[in-house]
Amino acid sequence: MNERKTYPLYFVYGALILYVALCVIPGLIGIGYSFTDWSSYSDEINFIGLKNFATIFSPDENYVEYLSNTILFTLVTTICKSVIGLSLAVLLTKKIRGLNIHRAIMYMPAVISTLIVGMTFKSILNPQIGLLNESLRSIGLDVFALKWLTDSKIAFWSVMAVDIWKGVGYIMTIFIAGIMAISPAYFEAAEIDGATSWQKFKSITLPLLMPTIAVTTVLNVLYGLKVFDIVYSLTNGGPGYATEVLYTGVYKEFSQGRYAVGTTLSSVMFVVMLFVGYFMIKIMTKKEVEE
Amino acid sequence: MKYRKIANSIAVNAIAWIVSAILIIPLLLILINSFKTSIAASDMNLVLPSEWKFDNFLVVIQKGKLDTAFLNSMIYSVGSVTLCTFLASMASFVLSRRRKRSSKLLYLFFVLGITMPINFVSLMKVMQVMHLYNTRFGVILLYAALQMPFTIFLTYGFISKIPRDIDEAAVLDGCTPLRLFFSVILPLLKPVLITVMVLTFLNTWNEFVLPLYFTGSTDKWPMTLAVYNFFGIYFKDWNLICADIVLTSVPVIIVYFLGQKYIVSGMTSGAVKG
Repeated sequence: MNERKTYPLYFVYGALILYVALCVIPGLIGIGYSFTDWSSYSDEINFIGLKNFATIFSPDENYVEYLSNTILFTLVTTICKSVIGLSLAVLLTKKIRGLNIHRAIMYMPAVISTLIVGMTFKSILNPQIGLLNESLRSIGLDVFALKWLTDSKIAFWSVMAVDIWKGVGYIMTIFIAGIMAISPAYFEAAEIDGATSWQKFKSITLPLLMPTIAVTTVLNVLYGLKVFDIVYSLTNGGPGYATEVLYTGVYKEFSQGRYAVGTTLSSVMFVVMLFVGYFMIKIMTKKEVEE
Repeated sequence: MKYRKIANSIAVNAIAWIVSAILIIPLLLILINSFKTSIAASDMNLVLPSEWKFDNFLVVIQKGKLDTAFLNSMIYSVGSVTLCTFLASMASFVLSRRRKRSSKLLYLFFVLGITMPINFVSLMKVMQVMHLYNTRFGVILLYAALQMPFTIFLTYGFISKIPRDIDEAAVLDGCTPLRLFFSVILPLLKPVLITVMVLTFLNTWNEFVLPLYFTGSTDKWPMTLAVYNFFGIYFKDWNLICADIVLTSVPVIIVYFLGQKYIVSGMTSGAVKG
């Protein structure tokens, strides 16, 4: 059978054209534009060398803070989602009544639009009338009824907490699938040897789940670095610059017409993500390559 | 020993319920308040409404221009789902069947897109040059393009498991490549295609960043942006905001319950391979 004839390359063209034109090219020319003074104020675009990069990393501007916020967000949400997600997964693979109801409920926040989650939590975290503070006051914990989203010291932590609320069900679901893929024979053998639950978790579940943990970690890191939706809908970077991350920064530059700085921020991201992405692809396609 | 087991089981069940409650209460809060009067909803609590206001939903549809927004969301979702599924499965088929190294590399090039961040600023330039800026067609193409990598990743894996003998038999019977794909291969892809379509639909429906950047006029906004805009104007009427949120989320919830199995299998494939 003639491979070229049976599987013609023109099958690939449609997907390739769309992907290259709208994903790859913008990324590449974006790097080109980051060496220019492109803005909405002037029609001329001049080459200005590394000036934009100097602006981004200069201590007088806030961009470094965006960067450190993004990294903090990524670290905290990745760790919390992994730990909580794994604990819930272990819990929900035990014999529990109404298991499927629990799983369905816990995955639900993941399918709802982040914008809507943001609006919902704007109400819940409202200092005066929000559900959280009302509940805290009703049980006498007035001290903890804080200004969750408007106090610049805790606003970013509130944003991260809401993000964990939304994302943990997804991570949990992946872990559940991972645990279910472990052969029950291991657990049965351990049972006969009289192992405790903790010993079973430590010596069977955890080591055999390592590939899954690697994948969820990469997923969480990629998500964290790219985060925009939840910050935009909850605080839009405020109060001040307290919750500003890279992508909200890009949007601000974009809406103020300072395209060059926006594209430079994006390009820094592009390079970092391709690097992270390389490892992700290696993990995700590992099995296929082995086959 | 027996008591310990019972106590354990009670504790485990209790924890499961507490976690479920934490995750469902915010959603219930929205649902309950969408039926209240404006004054009753201003407290935003979990008390059931004393007076059920079903016309909140009608008010929202009119004031929030939800009919246009619904139509836009539908156009974006259905359009990009169709285009993306179609192009991605064709490409995956050829890429996974060809044994050459170049096909493998091309596949990896596509998959790399899963991690690639979007440069919205330069994307605007590209959209302008292609005359796609501020058009519905442009938004559809964008969604299709952005979801291409993951869709190809899923369908490629599935097609690799379909035996080549089928192709050979079909070719011997005189099938052209197009016929082979559309009448022989495509029907076999049904499970993965449903997964892909459900996921692409949900992603497109929930997304709002692309229209935020690339549609200047409100008449092209999808439901997510319309509800956010509504939130800005009627920020005192939480009952209406909640009703708007409920209407925006209903399609997603329906798709979720109908396609739960497919969503989970799609979201976990790649992560867990057994």
